Amino acid sequence: MEATQGHAHDDHHDHAPQGFGHYFTTTNHKDIGSLYLWFSMIMFFVGGFMALVIRAELFQPGIQIVNPDVFNQLTTIHALVMIFGAVMPGFVGFANWQIPLMVGASDMAFARMNNWSFWLMPPAAILLVGSFLVPGGAAGSGWTLYPPLSVQGGMSVDMTILAVHIMGASSIMGSINIITTILNMRAPGMTLMRMPMFVWTWLITAYLLIAVMPVLAGAVTMLLTDRHFGTHFFNAAGGGDPTMFMHIFWFFGHPEVYIMILPAFGIISHIIPTFARKPLFGYASMVYATASIALLSFIVWGHHMFTVGMPAAGNLFFMYATMLIAVPTGVKVFNWIATMWKGSMTFETPMLFAVGFVSLFTIGGFSGLVCAITPVDITIHNTYYVVAHFHYVLFSGAIYSIMGGAYFWLPKWTGHMYDEKLGKVHFWLTTIFFNLTFFPQHFLGLAGMPRRIPDYAPQFTEFNQISSIGAFGLGISQLLFLYVVIKCIRGGVKAPAKPWEGAEGLEWTVPSPAPYHTFETPPSFH
Amino acid sequence: MTPVNAGIAGRNALLARKLVIIAGMMACFGFLLVPFYRQICEATGISQSRITAQTASGQSDLARTVTVEFVASSSALGWTFEALDPIVQVHPGQSTTVHYRVVNTTGRRVVAQAVPSYAPALAASHFKKLKCFCFDRQTFAPGESRDMAVVFVVEPDLPADIARISLSYTFFDVTQEAGGAA
Repeated sequence: MEATQGHAHDDHHDHAPQGFGHYFTTTNHKDIGSLYLWFSMIMFFVGGFMALVIRAELFQPGIQIVNPDVFNQLTTIHALVMIFGAVMPGFVGFANWQIPLMVGASDMAFARMNNWSFWLMPPAAILLVGSFLVPGGAAGSGWTLYPPLSVQGGMSVDMTILAVHIMGASSIMGSINIITTILNMRAPGMTLMRMPMFVWTWLITAYLLIAVMPVLAGAVTMLLTDRHFGTHFFNAAGGGDPTMFMHIFWFFGHPEVYIMILPAFGIISHIIPTFARKPLFGYASMVYATASIALLSFIVWGHHMFTVGMPAAGNLFFMYATMLIAVPTGVKVFNWIATMWKGSMTFETPMLFAVGFVSLFTIGGFSGLVCAITPVDITIHNTYYVVAHFHYVLFSGAIYSIMGGAYFWLPKWTGHMYDEKLGKVHFWLTTIFFNLTFFPQHFLGLAGMPRRIPDYAPQFTEFNQISSIGAFGLGISQLLFLYVVIKCIRGGVKAPAKPWEGAEGLEWTVPSPAPYHTFETPPSFH
Repeated sequence: MTPVNAGIAGRNALLARKLVIIAGMMACFGFLLVPFYRQICEATGISQSRITAQTASGQSDLARTVTVEFVASSSALGWTFEALDPIVQVHPGQSTTVHYRVVNTTGRRVVAQAVPSYAPALAASHFKKLKCFCFDRQTFAPGESRDMAVVFVVEPDLPADIARISLSYTFFDVTQEAGGAA
């Protein structure tokens, strides 16, 4: 492997503070990126633990481990922790580490606000997870917080609403930072259409966040005033309408699912060209496809609520608009395949995760198309088919890209190569157990097993047992990921500035590990 | 720290201000969705809770019979609430009266509001109530039993494929919100 040893920066000026204390006040994008990534890792294990309790309960019919109330609380908080605690902060961690390195900026545009964005997250997580300890337990309304359950619930619902407010504020601040960094602080010569794909996807994602997080904040504020201040936005007794909450929530909720997948598209668009040793096929079409997906995401919210009794014309509109999204998504998938076509491919761990992403995310995309067909959705709505669908796009989509991206950039972040053998073992264990967990859930859903119910009819037992065994394997395999990351931080083969032969981009021109301060004078970009 | 280029810092602050304004506008938009949906639902007849008849006009369509089912549920109130005429056959255009009975078994004074809902939803705009206990809040003394009337007309322009309409009333306890008002 060819490697270029970077020496562009003089380490004498590189004063990296020591000790943990400085993390509370740090304004360095690399420190904050690491904080986000560790926060994401911790929340991933917290949410994963809840998932395992759910799967343990579902190992056999009947009620064995948790009562139905606690089961509902676990499904609710598992989802909120994974979405707002694991996936979103994971991508923000990547954004903090990589965007300044990729565009040649010395730091994020608003370094102190960046610190504040991160340190809002732990209190929100404590509110969310700590709500299990208050009388009545955590919110059990499902992560979508539909009324009337969310209007009737105990104080834990208020804690959840407050947590959503705080995390929303954090996301909006983070997005303002990211957009400003990308638009104003690029290296001279880096025009918009020459930006790395990851930067493009985050620019669009940040705009989505600014557009929809305030709407979510508004929706949960209306819940809060319905609960405590006598308003009747969603309270039927006062002329309100619970269906309206669903409309407002999903105006946020659908763009939100693209917030969790567009940065993944960006990461994959770096890994595949690197290990296929070819430039990304169709760069411009990738940019336009990403933007189209983002715009379309605003007009498809109704496909989450085909069963609420919308007029047929509404159902048809949302069905066709949803199917339209398959077009730009297909453009991306075919571009990745074309990038690999006739490339000199090698399969290091990041590439395994990227190829796994393309294969399995596409399965999730297809089951999404099935769900988009209104008459089909009416029969599979609220069944395990939907659970299988969104875990294929979120686990083998978002999480695979986070793990692949982590392996890809760990040498840059830590200065050491990770253990390739263990990385590959981690990939294969994850992929086998992931499919074992979630593939049978398609069958369960088609057979009519409802989601969010702790008990089920005995004929569903075998597939549930397979799924539960897979889930425990999947959960335990992730401890290997934690081990590989810690091992890589503590030592290993010294990584060159550009550890991957086919890698392109400014981040590979600085030494590994990336010095504490980089690009204090903008690099020239050709 | 990087030596701050005043030009960059100024441009960053300007962009941040614009983005904050966008976020603020989206927050307002979220709240505006509420009146927006109310208007849309009223204009298109999807909204079911505010439909009242202007007049019972037109001829009765004696050739056609529609089955109307009445359902009662009382949410978390835990009292007795039932339809006395659960299924009636009516001709479109014909004014009909049915009764519901409430027995307040809760042992306290309850102020309650009934909210109707229709199945199929499309029928709602052709179902006109001339009189209904759901128009007003109802106050019940402890142990009180009361029969309440619904006078309605199914309009002759009801789509031909609808032969059966279900009307469900749900009573909600609004004693808290009613405060001291009797």
